[in-house]
Amino acid sequence: MAANVPALTFIVLFLPVLAAVLAPGLTRFLGDKAAWVLALAPALAFLHFCTFLGEVAAGEVVTGGYAWVPSFNLSFSWFLDGLSLTFALLITGIGTLIVIYSGGYMKGHPDQGRFLAFILLFMGAMLGLVVSDSFLMLFVYWELTSITSFLLIGFDHEREAARRAALQALVVTGGGGLCLLAGLVFLWNITGVTQLSLLVHLENGLRESPFYLATLVLVLAGAFTKSAQFPFHFWLPNAMEAPTPVSAYLHSATMVKAGVYLLMRLNPVMGKTPAWEILLPFFGGITLISGTLLAVRQTDLKLMLAYTTMASLGLLVMLTGFGAPHAVEAAVLYLVAHSLFKGALFMVAGTVDHETGTRDLTKLAGLRTAMPITFGAALLAALSMGGLPLFFGFLAKEEIYAALAAGNPRAVFFTGLAVAGNALMFAIAFAVGLKPFLGPRIETPKHAHEGPVTLWLGPVVLAALGLLATLFSALAHRYVSSPMASAITDQKVTVDIAVMPHVGLPLMLSLITMTLGALVYWRLDTARALMVRALENLGPGPDRGFDRLVCGLVRLSVAITRFVQPGRLEIYITATFILLALTLLVPPLVFGELPGMPAWPQNLLVQEGAFLLIALIGILAVVRATDRLTAIVSLGIQGFAVAVIFLLFGAPDLSFTQFMVETLSVVILALVMTRLRLSPRDHRPVGQMLFDAMVGVACGLGFTLLLMKSVEAPFDNLLTDFFNAYSKTIAHGANVVNVIIVDFRGTDTLGEIAVVMVTGLAVLALIRVRAGKRAGSGEGR
Amino acid sequence: MNTLILRTVAPVLTALMLLFSVFVLLRGHNEPGGGFIGGLIAVSALAIYGIAFGVSAVRRAIRFHPMAIAGSGLLLATLSGLISIFAGVPFMSGLWIYPEVLGVEVPLSTVMSFDIGVYLVVVGAITSIALALEQDSEPREVVAEPPPLRAKRPRKPRPKPKVEG
Repeated sequence: MAANVPALTFIVLFLPVLAAVLAPGLTRFLGDKAAWVLALAPALAFLHFCTFLGEVAAGEVVTGGYAWVPSFNLSFSWFLDGLSLTFALLITGIGTLIVIYSGGYMKGHPDQGRFLAFILLFMGAMLGLVVSDSFLMLFVYWELTSITSFLLIGFDHEREAARRAALQALVVTGGGGLCLLAGLVFLWNITGVTQLSLLVHLENGLRESPFYLATLVLVLAGAFTKSAQFPFHFWLPNAMEAPTPVSAYLHSATMVKAGVYLLMRLNPVMGKTPAWEILLPFFGGITLISGTLLAVRQTDLKLMLAYTTMASLGLLVMLTGFGAPHAVEAAVLYLVAHSLFKGALFMVAGTVDHETGTRDLTKLAGLRTAMPITFGAALLAALSMGGLPLFFGFLAKEEIYAALAAGNPRAVFFTGLAVAGNALMFAIAFAVGLKPFLGPRIETPKHAHEGPVTLWLGPVVLAALGLLATLFSALAHRYVSSPMASAITDQKVTVDIAVMPHVGLPLMLSLITMTLGALVYWRLDTARALMVRALENLGPGPDRGFDRLVCGLVRLSVAITRFVQPGRLEIYITATFILLALTLLVPPLVFGELPGMPAWPQNLLVQEGAFLLIALIGILAVVRATDRLTAIVSLGIQGFAVAVIFLLFGAPDLSFTQFMVETLSVVILALVMTRLRLSPRDHRPVGQMLFDAMVGVACGLGFTLLLMKSVEAPFDNLLTDFFNAYSKTIAHGANVVNVIIVDFRGTDTLGEIAVVMVTGLAVLALIRVRAGKRAGSGEGR
Repeated sequence: MNTLILRTVAPVLTALMLLFSVFVLLRGHNEPGGGFIGGLIAVSALAIYGIAFGVSAVRRAIRFHPMAIAGSGLLLATLSGLISIFAGVPFMSGLWIYPEVLGVEVPLSTVMSFDIGVYLVVVGAITSIALALEQDSEPREVVAEPPPLRAKRPRKPRPKPKVEG
């Protein structure tokens, strides 16, 4: 191709975002048909990524990028190896189907345009996440997926449950994202590189670093929250408040796999350590079992699928960290298989909900004649999820058992976990994909009939792919599984498992799984009752804990705010002045910087002494005044005296201003006093008075010392000389003070007058608020 | 404080002080004075008028809402700084022109219009505070009308406030 490939890739990465911008307008013009047009964006991106398949299968890596913030050595760069390419294909491929599906599912919804925009925005973020090369870009996209997920879960923002779920997901995954950021900073500090591609192929001694464990825990916190691992799993089922296309796309096929992606990506550099091989299988295993058990309890189709998604993610984490030769290959196969069948099943659940008006398992039966195409897709997907031969899920399960089964106790334990988990998933698969369609017909809230093509196209394609990928497994392995497994292990791996089952231990385990699964499916109601009772005995879970935590945080903030902001002016002012006194007095005392005793001025003029005396008398009058008005006026005396002193020492501008400020202060203070209806006298108790006086004297002393210290130093004439020399020549003004204010430091003045203006507005608003309150309550105060 | 003496003197005093405030504002570049001081003098003038005749009389006399005056001042000051863009010099550089008016050279500058902006902001913001405080403290009863400063004639309401300066 002659086209500029990096530029094209760059455009493709932003194609979904572009489509998101166009979505609302397009939906207004074309209605639900807009989805077909918008689906072109992910479809084109999918085709673009397909062109890399050959190159990547040959073991090459596609890279590219542009400088982003060159001063910080940051680049917007991507790299595509087997792992990221597979993810990119899943995101854009399933994304295309989801956009089309959304067109049908949200048909007639007033906010369809917004919904499509959010979905496409998410797609852009997720695509960026998996192709990111630089750490920071990875983090930014990681958080973007959290934010778009928040928007999508809370799409139906008028329901409280949706709002709560959205917030919960954001808090959990966003918080994990911050941990991840810390982990990435650790990685950067230990290895000195900021790019994943360099990190993977570098012998960097990360595992030997004393900070390895801290890094690992932080990265795991990010990955586990995103991928809903126990004990952070609770947000995922709650996220089912989102419209079904979101559940199918974000919360099964793509976003929740971001954590798994990260672990797979870091496997070559962080894996194969005891901590890695203990933590990952342990948490993965718990998630697998608790997810499947919780799924059995549910009767809501979407919730059942949500819990099995959580279980599947657990399985993937367990396999990624297990460390056996074939474990990574098993994880790869299972990841692809899961995206296909779970996406399909979610869409089926959505279609059933959309066409019948309910998704309660106990209220659905006999839909096979009403919805034959959906039934077909559901059955194919369920067969893959159940892991029956001929389907991709079967290959994955064979590989899982081949990887896990070994003689040592650890292997036996995890094999047992996998068998139990898979058996329960088998049961759920058919409970969702088969049960609603079998048996006698039950009346549903809506009259059930087959949905439009938009609603069955997605599930059919995905379910069929699960079958085709097995039939042409050589092709699938060559272009997808092998390159991806190679990227995760950082060595050449060839996946060659095919549809013909080999007789051996894995097949035996498969048979056990199916038998157990069939048993549970047959006795599903009993199993459910059992689980309900067991969970009741267990008490509240982490979901309730989250509420407690949020409540506690709110209460704590309220308590702190009440403490810090008691709302009493006296306390604010006292605190401010105490702090002021401390800052003024403590440093000179501690560092011995007290000024020396100043010499008594020899040539004090009579008028200077007189005005000094007047100022002192003014202060004395303030202190001795019995009512406030006298105090305010006496303060004015002191101010005027100071103004005259300024004048005597040759600062007419300053003195002038001081006169005006004093005048206005007296006027405004008197107004404030009448306005606030203060009692004319001071009613503070003696102890309080003494304390306030102490604080006041301390502040005054502090300022005095500061001024004396400053005067002690020789006066630097540099600025004075400069302004005197240039005021007239540059700024054409003889009054240096004014020239400084309006010319030399004009920008400062601009800021100051803006502050004056804003202060005026604020005071006005405050007075209005008080006036309004008084008018409302009719009280005197 | 609504005495006869104050009521008689106040209009004259206010007019003189306002005139003086403009004088102080304009001489500020070469002699003591400037926009800030001038503004404070003008506020004092309005305060005297307010004490004598009440808030509504002041509001009528200044026509515009004090905050609008302050806002126009801030706008004027900002624009004075921005003019330098067209001259290709940094923000807030002082620019001077010396047009001949009736045979006298009159120096005009962005610095001066900036100072006028400062004056207006100070007048507007502080008057606004004083008036708002005074408004509520004074009784709601009818306050004595100020004596007309000039022959009474019906005032035409202006269509919209113009930005001063």
